[in-house]
Amino acid sequence: MTAKIQLIGVKKRFGSKVVLDGVDLTIEKQSSLVIIGGSGTGKSVTIKSILGILRPDEGTILVDGEDVTHIDGSARDRVMRKFGMLFQGGALFDSLPVWENVAFGLIQGHGVPRAKARDIAIQKLAKVGLTQDVAFLSPAELSGGMQKRVGLARAIAADPEIIFFDEPTTGLDPIMADIINDLIVSTVKDVGATALSITHDMISARKISDHIAMLYGGRIIWTGPTGEIDRTGNPYVDQFIHGKAEGPIKMAVKA
Amino acid sequence: MNVFASIGRAVLTVLAHIGRLALFTGQAVAGIVSPPIYTRLILAQMMRIGYYSLPVVGLTAFFTGGVLALQIYLGGNRFGAEAIVPQVVVLGITRELGPVIAGLMIAGRVSAAIAAEIGTMKVTEQIDALTTLATNPMKYLVVPRIVAAVISMPILTAIGDSIGVLGGYVVSVYSLDFTGYTYLKNTVDFAHREDITSGLIKAAVFGFIVALMGCYNGFNSKGGAQGVGNATTNAVVTSSILILAADYVLTALLFHR
Repeated sequence: MTAKIQLIGVKKRFGSKVVLDGVDLTIEKQSSLVIIGGSGTGKSVTIKSILGILRPDEGTILVDGEDVTHIDGSARDRVMRKFGMLFQGGALFDSLPVWENVAFGLIQGHGVPRAKARDIAIQKLAKVGLTQDVAFLSPAELSGGMQKRVGLARAIAADPEIIFFDEPTTGLDPIMADIINDLIVSTVKDVGATALSITHDMISARKISDHIAMLYGGRIIWTGPTGEIDRTGNPYVDQFIHGKAEGPIKMAVKA
Repeated sequence: MNVFASIGRAVLTVLAHIGRLALFTGQAVAGIVSPPIYTRLILAQMMRIGYYSLPVVGLTAFFTGGVLALQIYLGGNRFGAEAIVPQVVVLGITRELGPVIAGLMIAGRVSAAIAAEIGTMKVTEQIDALTTLATNPMKYLVVPRIVAAVISMPILTAIGDSIGVLGGYVVSVYSLDFTGYTYLKNTVDFAHREDITSGLIKAAVFGFIVALMGCYNGFNSKGGAQGVGNATTNAVVTSSILILAADYVLTALLFHR
């Protein structure tokens, strides 16, 4: 069986700063992988490379065995139809009402008629616990937690095969974070999707993943099942998951 | 050595900018001619770019026509040529001032708005979100704005031309000693079709410049509120300069035989 997503030796640098220095990563079908790592270690660059928003300098990215590293235009759109993504800040389109945000991928990417797309959007909003009257509000009228939910509804609207979550719990209170974690677990299971998340919130990472990979120094330094994260024997992983200032990882105070 | 290094760096920066802009322009033009075409978005942008610009274009054209009439009258008076006012007004407005004033007004009004909107979308990851929703941001954001501006600008300019001539008429008839009939007859008899069409061609090019520079600067904005502010300023400045430069080039191309 081919892996859903595979990264082979992916490298990316910005100017003289090397961000990814040969990332190798395999995500099996219908699994949920969480990439953990400190701020600025290239977690976002990794998912943006898979999505084609950034172009890696070297290496190969395979989706369902297809090389998507350098594709563009309509071929890119075709591959993107497999994806859904929840952005850290929501990234909702503030010029459109909530329902149209959720229905956007259906209308633009999949050519679903507007009336039908609106019905689907309202169903998806119900799935993330939002009522019909929210559908006609503007995103600016919603709280942070509600925006996250709308973002989640948008990510799952077109029943994607792969869903990416970028820091899904950052900026939420602990209770709302837990609610979002539960929603992620249930929706991913519901849609039968493969999930890739990036976070530095270990509570969230443990809850939503079945595998964890740790990114450090531009490489994946550890990967394994979530249950084994506490007995890796890897000092870097231990320092990170216990959130200790002392250890092999030195945080650069100055960039 | 340091001097050469900094000169070299400056030259490279300029070349990189030109290269990026050329690439962006190429992608935009390619997007215009290939499907999908978002008619709905083009119409919405025509409302914003064209229709809502009517008041500002109309007012500036009116005053421009009026002041032009007054200046020509006063200047022509020195050698007894004050009767030439209607001819010079219609020529100046249709060939030059109509499209240029409309272009500069649109540069201030529209390219700033486009750069701010797209720049904000960029820094809040809304443009990345478009990509993940299988929608090409170039086609969804840039192409409708460019197409709408290229269609709207000639229409705006045609209306502005008429109002500019009206401004000259009002000043000449009510403040100077022209009769309404002679003023209009001289205007209509004197103006050639190519005076008007050349101005409308210019207007279409200016519309392209304004929308392109707004989109380009918006797309390349980075780093939060300040970045969006810079993008907005750059959009207005670059599109204004390019309009005046293009105006010269177009005048040379259209009239130099």
